[in-house]
Amino acid sequence: MAALIESDVASIPQVVQRLRDGFHSHRALDRTRDRCYRLQQLRNLKKMLLENEKKIKEALYQDLQKNDTEVILMEMNPCVGDIVLALNSLEDWMASKQLPKDLLNRMNDIHLRPEPYGLTLIIGAWNYPIDLTIHPLIGAIAAGNACILKPSEISVATSNLLSELFPKYLDPEMYACITGGIDVAQAVLKERFDYILYTGSSNVGKIVMKHAAENLTPVTLELGGKSPAIVADDANIEVAARRIIWAKGLNLGQTCIAPDYVICTPQVHDDLIDACKKTIQSFYGETPLTSKDLGKIVNERHFQRVTKLLDSTKGLVAFGGEMDEESRRISPTLIRDVSPDDCTMQEEIFGPLLPFVSMPSMDDIIKFVNSRDKPLACYVFTESKKVFEHISQETSSGALLRNDCLMHAGVRTLPFGGVGNSGMGTYHGKSSFNTFSHFKPVFSTNTGLDSLNVKLRYPPFSSTKTNRLRWLLTPSERKGRGLLRTLLPYIILGAIVALLVQVYGLPEWMYRLRGT
Amino acid sequence: MAKRMQLSLVQTDAAKIHPTVKQLRNGFSTGQTLDVGYRLRQLKGLGLLVEENREAILDALRHDLGKHAVEAEVTEVLQCTHELALAIKNIGKWTSPVSVPRTFLHLFNRAYIQPEPYGLVLIMGAWNYPFDLNFRPLIGAIAAGNACILKPSEYAVATSNLFSELIPRYLDGSCYAVVTGDVSVSKALLEEKFDYIFFTGGCETGRKVMMKAAERLTPVTLELGGKTPCIVADDAPARVAASRIIWGKCTNAGQSCIAPDYVLCSRAKQEEMVAACQEAIKRYYGDSPLASVHYGRIANEGHFHRLKKLLSTTSGTVAFGGEMDEEKLQIAPTLIRDVPENDSLMSEEVFGPLLPFVPVQDMDHAIEIVNSREKPLALYVFSKSSRIFERVRRETSAGGMTHNDCLMHYTLDSLPFGGVGNSGIGAYHGKNTFDTFSHHKSILRTGFRLEFLNSVRYPPYSTQNLELVKLFTSVDEYKFLFILLIVVLFIIAPLAWFFFVP
Repeated sequence: MAALIESDVASIPQVVQRLRDGFHSHRALDRTRDRCYRLQQLRNLKKMLLENEKKIKEALYQDLQKNDTEVILMEMNPCVGDIVLALNSLEDWMASKQLPKDLLNRMNDIHLRPEPYGLTLIIGAWNYPIDLTIHPLIGAIAAGNACILKPSEISVATSNLLSELFPKYLDPEMYACITGGIDVAQAVLKERFDYILYTGSSNVGKIVMKHAAENLTPVTLELGGKSPAIVADDANIEVAARRIIWAKGLNLGQTCIAPDYVICTPQVHDDLIDACKKTIQSFYGETPLTSKDLGKIVNERHFQRVTKLLDSTKGLVAFGGEMDEESRRISPTLIRDVSPDDCTMQEEIFGPLLPFVSMPSMDDIIKFVNSRDKPLACYVFTESKKVFEHISQETSSGALLRNDCLMHAGVRTLPFGGVGNSGMGTYHGKSSFNTFSHFKPVFSTNTGLDSLNVKLRYPPFSSTKTNRLRWLLTPSERKGRGLLRTLLPYIILGAIVALLVQVYGLPEWMYRLRGT
Repeated sequence: MAKRMQLSLVQTDAAKIHPTVKQLRNGFSTGQTLDVGYRLRQLKGLGLLVEENREAILDALRHDLGKHAVEAEVTEVLQCTHELALAIKNIGKWTSPVSVPRTFLHLFNRAYIQPEPYGLVLIMGAWNYPFDLNFRPLIGAIAAGNACILKPSEYAVATSNLFSELIPRYLDGSCYAVVTGDVSVSKALLEEKFDYIFFTGGCETGRKVMMKAAERLTPVTLELGGKTPCIVADDAPARVAASRIIWGKCTNAGQSCIAPDYVLCSRAKQEEMVAACQEAIKRYYGDSPLASVHYGRIANEGHFHRLKKLLSTTSGTVAFGGEMDEEKLQIAPTLIRDVPENDSLMSEEVFGPLLPFVPVQDMDHAIEIVNSREKPLALYVFSKSSRIFERVRRETSAGGMTHNDCLMHYTLDSLPFGGVGNSGIGAYHGKNTFDTFSHHKSILRTGFRLEFLNSVRYPPYSTQNLELVKLFTSVDEYKFLFILLIVVLFIIAPLAWFFFVP
């Protein structure tokens, strides 16, 4: 396997300066040229993905043994789709937004104008090495920022590929790809950025935010957590099992929004495990380790970490548990009778082990979920709207899904992000553009009509001035307006017109029109 | 100007902070704040607080900053009552879920965004608008359903004391509390875990707050400051521009985060502007501003001496003003001309009634000066030409901008108010306050039916399924409905006509 390409640490400040200068010279561009430039870069990015699909597939196969379907569904599609969305919508997104005015400001021009932050930094993760670097990049480019991309050093082949392709397709005056290990990452974080988007673990997220705080740099942190799959008593067990196992099996469980553990009452526990067993067999056959549809654990360290969890769990392995150290594969494994303080219930598993935790009732389940850090996603399987609404109200998570897993990441219009320990900020679709933009309010008035100001706001003050201002500025609390009250003026008007027509008749020309 | 009374700050016992935080977390976990009716009751309580204690509030502001009752009303109390009325009127709408467009794959699902509270939030206010900068974020935090700890600035003693007395009388103590005191209390507070921190104040403290927040991955909004440039082009009418700049500068004796900090104009314009500004000062405050009841004072001795030093070390020429009264902590509105770029007055945010004029060669030079410094909280441009304004807007960055006026973008609640770069992170006012204090949860609801459509994504994988997946995810709902319409109109309808109509 090829070695990781490492950027020269000493050259990082120059790269940063080059991009800052590039951004600065872009400032002078007018709106049309600016938009054309961004569209061109987005098109180039799309070309980069489509023209190199084969190389990307090879790199992802090398790093994570990803099969073609997963590459298309989870890496290429989301990115290309978002680029197309940005290409179609950029003019709309860049337009200034007119805002509602009150009485005092009727004559003024008030709008909101998105502008780029400046030099942004995107730090990617290794589990979806293309999606988690390119997807935020789309937003950064669309919003007009310069950008440094730092892919994860753990996904070596993809990192190398990105560092090779980047300068060929994107303008090196505004965009650069810096690759390497911890020293490179630390050197990059020492520089000052105007926005940082980080995807990775909560622990490193804290370090990134601390560095950002030194420069008062705003951040979006896409972290992780233990996403629970709550299966209620009335759930369709067969379909629930299928969707949970599908989501867990993708990328061999190395997905930030994979259902980390299943929690249910004893009533459905056994049936659910049986259904999951059958699903694993139907998806991956009798010997999952030989299935070509399963990926592999990214490196030795993570492999050891996950196998250690499996060895030390006090729960019972109900199915699976096969491992192959050479190929770094673990078969989808179901662990039953897992207690809340089990080793598999401490950190995010990030592997194909699925613990089943049993709680006496839905209230206990909710209490349990709430006693832990807020997860990136929460999955609820139930036929009942009431149960779902109850859980929605009582728990907090980055996102909430009913009767499915993962799918919200594919809805471009749903902002994707965490809350609490699972992160802050969102992106995907238009949210990406919004994340990387500063929305500047612009208030424009003219220099005439200053006599109004003299009467209202300039000193010397008087109670007359205050009373005038109070009248103008305080909205009255509108009590509930029924439909009748809203229509009443029109009803009255209609009645008056009808009365007038009765008394005076319609004008002459109206009769002529009717043809009588 | 009445002599200041020495009030002592009510200081919360540091040992009580952790129990208070625990109590509020318990209060929040009962779920009572999730009920919109509960939130409305609290907001109405805040309304009563203002209504029943208006005089006390104005008195406190006069004590802390010598604010004239009218200025206090207009710049603080009215802003709050306006925002309160807005929140009460709209809370039903704001808390409702917002549907989002879907693709064909999700046609039978429901996708929406539901705002929910973060949990326990901390609001740290500043001293220059001690009522507004605490009260307004509190409105949004309550409307969004959070429990809240309010920490007013210890430098505005009377207002801080007032908050600690009034809030427990009007708000439910199980979910809202006021913690007051000096920096030791602030430090103890920041050791606790919060789900959101809203801070208004200086950059250095803002940095420290964010670093502490990073330890717990707490999201923040930081309303900081900076040097707000005021660019006056040659075509700007001097009298009107001066009226507005002086009004912006002298409100609260220059202690506004968005006060015009310094003026950039050509040398010729400088003459005109200095003269016009002198006239404006005379019109507003008479011949001796220090004796005018309409003029405020500096918040405390520390800031008074800081400003005195800035003025005494400037290499510019004092064109007007400069009078000081140490006992009353007052400095008259002062105009300083021919200030060089590296002057003492240009080294930090003035935050006082000293207005430096920095002469520039042309608009390029002005923009260069603005861009060589940290991004400010606001930027003002006075010019009849919208082309000049557009140019400045495009080539510079600031929290907010106003054309031909000062401060005004602050007054409109549909405009999000906040900084960028060193001037801050995040924005609020109006609905933006509610949004700031809400976690917008993405929700996707699917059914168990139509499983055959879903099964294209399950293993074992195949290229046929892959093609179907690509197709399903590329068609959005509008495209799908459009295609359906075309098919019905041009194929099914004619066929039906042909077969069934005799």
